Amino acid sequence: MNRVLIVGASAGGLITAEALRRAGYRGALTLVGDEPHPPYDRPPLSKQILTGEWEPGRLPLRRDDDIEALGLDLRLGVAATGLDVAGRAVELADGARVPYDGLVVATGVRSRRLPGSEGVTGIHTLRTLDDALTLKDRLRPGRRLVIVGAGFVGAEVAAVARGLGVAVTMLEAGPVPMAQAVGEQAGRFLAQVHRDHGVDLRTGAAVREVVGAGGAVSGVRLGDGTVLPADDVLVAIGSVPNTGWLEGSGLPLADGLVCDEFSAAAPGVYGAGDVARWHNPLFGTAMRLEHRTNAAEQGMAVARNLLSPEARRPFAPVPYFWSDQYDMKIQAYGHLRGHDEAVVVDGDIAQRRFLLAYRTDERLTGVLSVGMPPKTLRAWRAMIAAGAAWAHAVSTAAARP
Amino acid sequence: MKVIVDEAKCCGAGQCVLIAPEVFDQRDEDGIVVLLEPEPAEDRHSAVREAAAVCPGAAIQLAEGS
Repeated sequence: MNRVLIVGASAGGLITAEALRRAGYRGALTLVGDEPHPPYDRPPLSKQILTGEWEPGRLPLRRDDDIEALGLDLRLGVAATGLDVAGRAVELADGARVPYDGLVVATGVRSRRLPGSEGVTGIHTLRTLDDALTLKDRLRPGRRLVIVGAGFVGAEVAAVARGLGVAVTMLEAGPVPMAQAVGEQAGRFLAQVHRDHGVDLRTGAAVREVVGAGGAVSGVRLGDGTVLPADDVLVAIGSVPNTGWLEGSGLPLADGLVCDEFSAAAPGVYGAGDVARWHNPLFGTAMRLEHRTNAAEQGMAVARNLLSPEARRPFAPVPYFWSDQYDMKIQAYGHLRGHDEAVVVDGDIAQRRFLLAYRTDERLTGVLSVGMPPKTLRAWRAMIAAGAAWAHAVSTAAARP
Repeated sequence: MKVIVDEAKCCGAGQCVLIAPEVFDQRDEDGIVVLLEPEPAEDRHSAVREAAAVCPGAAIQLAEGS
């Protein structure tokens, strides 16, 4: 292994590169990213950057000299356009062809858009630093923001915008926001919190189109014909994996790059971060996570497996995510999607301080906390990692003082 | 090795405590990082580097070689 190529220069790609060097890899290491910025942190985009609390200068994931010390062939502002698996080379938008012995696909995701929204002033998505700075400039007291989609990005922006005095309407297609991600109880709780902060949250809302005049947005037309006037519209309806450059390569693609339990998609080809759909043996299911922590953990696992093909280890993490909304910190461990039951095992939802445990079949598969001391989650995380039986986990919790 | 933590960047995930519990802890009330050993012994360097790498807030900086 003398030439490793990492495509994608965000958290997953950078951390893979660092882990390779820490493990003693001294060969050529190329890191390619389509954004012009050095690797930066995305979670603050919908939080501290949007509030103005942080300047963009705080976002780089590493200091310049730390990046320098990695000895990278760093190619920023250039996208990958194609992959030749048999010839072991990646084609770049600038015409370069980069050969490799080992390839890491870490191209992440992009925001899903509404048709007809390209180039219309006032229609936003939020994925990149440039997106965040554009939106930040538009959030001023008294302006009207319509957020299409009440997932975590939409909800975090709603919280920031309310704090800045913006009138916010948030539209959710389903009956309960975030229900798929965190279940109905937590979703109903979050819906109430947003309403209490003055968000006009409309569930069961179908968006027919964005309306505008003279190249600027003026509102959103709903399925029933109602037009909600807006100065700005944030489209936050999920993400699409950046796998266009892999089409025709023969690598398996299905809402992401399909990887096995080692995070491998083909011999010498691995996936890391938001783009990778891999088999997590801890939960016995394929998953693709858009969580900052997973990008780091998967990057480290990929580096290890790439360098030690004879001693590969399955990537079997307990997923973790957090979200900041108003004065609340939401933290979750495990695989909450597709759960059968969620039960409050500590605290009280009415007090906005609680811990929910999630059951899938007869196992504890996740926990979510709001307003609880973060340390209390550790014992739960350990039980999830150990595959604890639901009955055991819940009775253990009940026995705690 | 010297360890520097940025409390303002810390998001309270506690990943560092899972990886290097001798070096990092969390405040009880809000989970913000507490640095137990600013100059950890050599046998802990590998775990500390891993904790710094995986920190979701990029809140752990290392000054190596000292």
